[in-house]
Order: sequence, then C-alpha cells, then structure tokens
Amino acid sequence: MNLKNPKTLIPQAITVLSLVLVIAYFAYNAQVNMGNRGISFGYGFLGQEASFDIGFSLIDYDGSMSYARAFLVGLLNTLLVSAIGIFFATLIGVTVGIGRLSSNYLIAKTAEVYVEIFRNIPLLLQLFFWYYAALRALPLPENAINIFDISYLTVKGWYVPKFIWTNFLIFLSSIVASIVAIIFVAKYARKQREEIGKHVPVFSISFGILILFPLITFLIGGVTLNFEIPVLSQMTSTIFNFKGGVSIIPELISLALALSMYTATFIAENVRAGILGVTKGQKEAAASIGLTKGQVLKLVVMPQALRIIIPPTTNQYLNLTKNSSLAAAIAYPDIVLVFAGTALMQTGRAVEIISITMGTYLLISLSISTLMNWYNKSVAIKEK
Amino acid sequence: MIKSLKSLILVGLASFALVACTQQGGGSGSKKSKTLDNTKKAGFVKCGVSQGLPGFSNADESGNWSGIDVDVCRAVAAAVLGDADKVKYTPLSAKERFTALTSGEIDILSRNTTWTLSRDADIGLTFVGVNFYDGQGFMVRKDSGINSVKDFKSGISACTNTGTTTELNMRDFFNSNNISYEPIAFEKADEVVQAYDAGRCDTYTTDKSGLAAQRTKMSNPDDHKVLPETISKEPLGPVVRQGDAVWEDIVRWSLNVMIEAEEYGINSSNASSLKDSENPQIKRLVGSEGELGSAFGLDNEWSLRIIEQVGNYGEIYEKHIASTGIMPDRGPNELWTKGGILYVAPAR
Repeated sequence: MNLKNPKTLIPQAITVLSLVLVIAYFAYNAQVNMGNRGISFGYGFLGQEASFDIGFSLIDYDGSMSYARAFLVGLLNTLLVSAIGIFFATLIGVTVGIGRLSSNYLIAKTAEVYVEIFRNIPLLLQLFFWYYAALRALPLPENAINIFDISYLTVKGWYVPKFIWTNFLIFLSSIVASIVAIIFVAKYARKQREEIGKHVPVFSISFGILILFPLITFLIGGVTLNFEIPVLSQMTSTIFNFKGGVSIIPELISLALALSMYTATFIAENVRAGILGVTKGQKEAAASIGLTKGQVLKLVVMPQALRIIIPPTTNQYLNLTKNSSLAAAIAYPDIVLVFAGTALMQTGRAVEIISITMGTYLLISLSISTLMNWYNKSVAIKEK
Repeated sequence: MIKSLKSLILVGLASFALVACTQQGGGSGSKKSKTLDNTKKAGFVKCGVSQGLPGFSNADESGNWSGIDVDVCRAVAAAVLGDADKVKYTPLSAKERFTALTSGEIDILSRNTTWTLSRDADIGLTFVGVNFYDGQGFMVRKDSGINSVKDFKSGISACTNTGTTTELNMRDFFNSNNISYEPIAFEKADEVVQAYDAGRCDTYTTDKSGLAAQRTKMSNPDDHKVLPETISKEPLGPVVRQGDAVWEDIVRWSLNVMIEAEEYGINSSNASSLKDSENPQIKRLVGSEGELGSAFGLDNEWSLRIIEQVGNYGEIYEKHIASTGIMPDRGPNELWTKGGILYVAPAR
C-alpha cells in the first residue's frame, strides 16, 4: 500500500485517530470515576511489603519482601508449570498422534479413545479430578510410597533428593560447551552429506560429547554432586512429614498432569493431520530410491508434516499457558492466585494489578508465538 | 398538529421535572444522598454477601438468604423502603467484594469483612460498625496430638482462604513463634475444606466462627476440633462506599438501633406496644418521641420498622448463630451491660 497517496492515507489516519480517541476516552472516564469514588491510582504499591507467604517458590521469598517480588514468584511458577506442561503435552501428543496411525489395531484404538475422552471433558473438571483423586489416593507421609529409598510419594507432595553441587558453574559451562560442539558436528555432518554424500553418525557422536565433557569436569574439574535424601520426621504423635530433599507439591503435579493430558489430545490430532497431509506418492517415491522406513519418516515425511503441524501447535502452546491460570482453583501459587488474587485483595488496587497481569500474559504469549514463528520459518519451504 | 401536540407534552413534562427538581433540592437542603435516592427509585437495597457461610449469609434451597450479615441489609431496607424483604443479594468472593462496592454494583457490603486501617483508609471504603467480634483460630484433627497452638512444630502445613486477613495473621503468628510452615491458600472455602479433609494440610485456619461453620461440612465433624487460642482481632462489619455521608449514617444507625433495642429490652414482638413507654429512650427508638428519622431524610418510624421486621441484635444472634450451634456462647458479642463489648453510641 502506498501511504504517500492521500487517498489511502486519510482513511488510515482517521481509523488510527478514532482508535486512540476511544482508548483515551475510556482511560479518562476510568480516572474521573475512580477520582469521584476516592480511589487513588498508581503502581507505587509494588514496592511495599507484601506481608503474606507463598507455599511454593523457585526463588528466595518471604512475606517481608515486596509485592514486586511476590509477582516474580507467581510469574516464575506460571512459567514453570507451562514449561513442564508444554514438554509433556508435546511428548504425549506426538506419541499418541503417531499411535493413531499405527497399523496395530490395539494401539490405534487406545490412542483414539484417549483423544476422544480427554479433549471432550472441560479442563477445570479434569483438574479437580486429578487433584482430589490424587489427594484421596495418596497416603499420609507415614505410609509413603517408597521409591528405591530415595524418593517418597505422599499426599503432601513428592519428595525427591536434592542435588547439592560444588563448582556448579564449571559443570554448567561444560554442558554449554558440549552443546556448542554438537552444533558444530551437526553442521560439519550436513556439509559432508551435501558435498561428498558421506553419512556421518551425528547422533552417536553428539551423545558421546554430551557424556564426555561433563564427565571430565567431575574427574579433574573439582565438580562434586551430593544428594540430600528426604527423611521422615515425626512432628506430633500422629503427624509426620518429610524433611530435607525437594518437595514437588501435589498442586503442581496435578496441574501439570491435567494441562498436558488435555493439550496433548489436540497436539496428537495436529500430528496425525500433518502426517496424513503428506501425499502417499512422496513415501512411495522415497521407498523406490531405496530409503529405509526410518529414513522415509525422518527425511521425507516429517520435514513436510512439520509445516502443517507447527502453526496449530503454537496455538495449543498458547492455550496451555493461558489455561495454567486455572491454578487458582487448586491453590497452586501461580501469577493469578498470588498476584491477581492475594495481592489484589490486600491492596485493593484492581485496575493496576489486573492490567499488569494481563500485560504479563500478553508478553508470555507473544514470546512463545515469536519463538514458534521463528521455528516455523526454519522448517518452511525455502523458495529458491 | 400531532407533532405540535407531542412537543407541547414534552415541554410540559420537562418544565414539570425542572420544578420538581428544584423543589426537592430546596427541601432536603444539604441532606442529599445519591445512594438513598437511587435505592428508593430502584425499590430495593443492593447488598453484597458471601457465597455461603452458615450463620452470616447463607442461601437455602429456594434461594432465600439468611444470617446476621443479611439482617444488616434487611434492617436498612426496612428503614429506607419500609419492607425488610426488598433486598437484592449479590454473592461475592473475598477477592471481588471491594471492587463490587466501589464500582457501585452493590451499596452495602455485609460479608464478614474485617475492619482494618488499610481497608478503611486506602481503597475508597468506609466501615460503619461491627456486627460480630471474631478472631482467627485453628482447626486440627482430634487424634493429631495437638491441643494448643504451642504444640505446632516447624514443617506444619496450613490451609486457608486466599484474599483474606487470615493469610496475613497466619504469617505473623508463625513468624513470631519461629515456626516454619507451608501455606496453601485456596480461592473458595469449600476447596479448603476438601483439601484439609483429604489430609493435604495439618491445620485449617480462618475466623473461629467460620471454622465452627465449616466443621459441619467435614465428612466426620467429630474427628476435628478448634484449638482454644485466638490469634487475632477480627471485628466484622458492614462497609459502604466513601463519599456518601448520609447513606453511611443510615447503615451505621440501622445497625446501632438493633443493638440498642436489645439493651432497652425492645424486641420484634413488643416494639409497637412500647410506644407509650415511660422511658424517653425507648420512645425515641420506637418513634413516638423526637424526630430522629428526619436527620437522614427518613420518616420517624424507621427504627420501629427495623425492630419489628428484623428484630434486635439478641434475637438475630440467637436465631442465626446460637441456635444453629455455630457459637452458642455469645462471648464478646454480648452487651456491655452483660460483660460483653457491644457498646454503641446512643440514638438520640
């Protein structure tokens, strides 16, 4: 569109202007009405002491810290459950999606039944099911389900050993170094294949690097790893609890479970659609030049299927992240429960807090979609 | 012709409205209340209540609300509109309640709300009085071996409601006693009960009246007990928006009249027969002496209607709190003349 031409410019300008006016009117209206009712407006409260505690936090937090810190705790908890949810939803989704196309009747039917059940029940109900079913089914700490004497599953959480590192930074850099090395190997392998047609076993080399580099830091880099194993302790005559280790709270487990089981069904359907979208002729052509079944899937079907799978799957990732706000129903301290719940209540600053929370979700969603669009571009057909 | 007739009627109506307006403005002088006018026009009092707390505000199967918080709104409706049943109830969560009030969705918030400095001063609200003196307590399982808050040990997990003062009191209590604890805060009371009942947490903390009411919802109420200690002051009372002094006074004195009526032995059955009483204070409360109602722009029988239709404080406490077994003992919610702390300014 040529914006220099007044004929096209004027309607555009009028639209933008009226949009700005509408927003300005609402902002002004809100301000006047809040003024009339004696409500002050401002974000200064973020620096005040929050004075409430949060049960589960990835960073150091207690009630003497600020509302801004409480916001950060909630945000990280939201990101944590979203990341876990996206990981497992993808894993289950791809497995089930491929399973539905299996020639094995039992596998295909099981996958189908799974999809039909879990995508047709409201997520909130599934969440309550997992949470209260889990709470009712799991034992009290004194009868904990013992996993190899190092990990315990109870109604109060899943207690796992805590990793205690020395020189963790050296270990971390070795991981980064091995990832960089793997990227180089992959690039070299592709060059070899494209230029002289030689096949380099990238996978086994990468795996070797990933084991070898960190191993060296353990042997000569002074890195050590100890485990703190949770121990049952008695608090009163009938109340027991585990001390030490890391507690994964049941709220997190059931929320991650509900989100990934639900979203996986949609991803499975995307995967199935993607694979079915690759025409039969492509597979037959690939087979006719002597590629094995695995190679056909990896080199011919998947690259084309991904183009169909990724855009709708991005939607599902966004949905999952936004659905994580249901956490408030089962007391998982995410951003909605902590910030748009408790903090909103304590300060009474509804407009400010809701605007921050909405802005945060918008930012998370836009980041995910930017990331996925970038990935989508890298697998899209490159016009030459 | 029709057109001109139409405009004539319109002009006539407009001038009539104008005159009516000026008359009203001149008549009541400075005693103008937008909320009162709107309430009279709508024909009902807009009242915000809880989503269901037995004794305070709870709806039965057919949707009739009852409880001592509900009765504050009924008293105002009786005073202002002449009929205690002319109330529209809006159930609100702890989180929604203040926004609903400041935005004008409701005109009275009577929802077991604790009066605190920051709420009163900071967010455009005014607390008008106290209709129940409560305090935060703890509930534990009877077989837990915990008989007092002194038996709490580090590592205890405590369930509560989010968005309430209990979350803050809990922290103050555990911190000052050097006990590390795991807080688990749910949005709705029913979810707290379920989680506590399932063993997710070792103790359930909220206002003691709330604990007593929720205990009845457990699968085995007899397996649980409320610890004797009270860790906070929770004066619960009705709230109105800031900026309408007349409405604020109406709500405050509707509450005060119920408490003072009990003090002078006036109840729903004897109120009208006390019109010829010897005691001038009683006569003022039943509207046969003085001009108390005119101070708010109400008639003189406003207080009589409250007492007749809703009852005095003792009656409503007995009906909703004592006879339902929530808190049979009135404790601090007894009149100052009988050893409690209910002491209100005199209606004169």
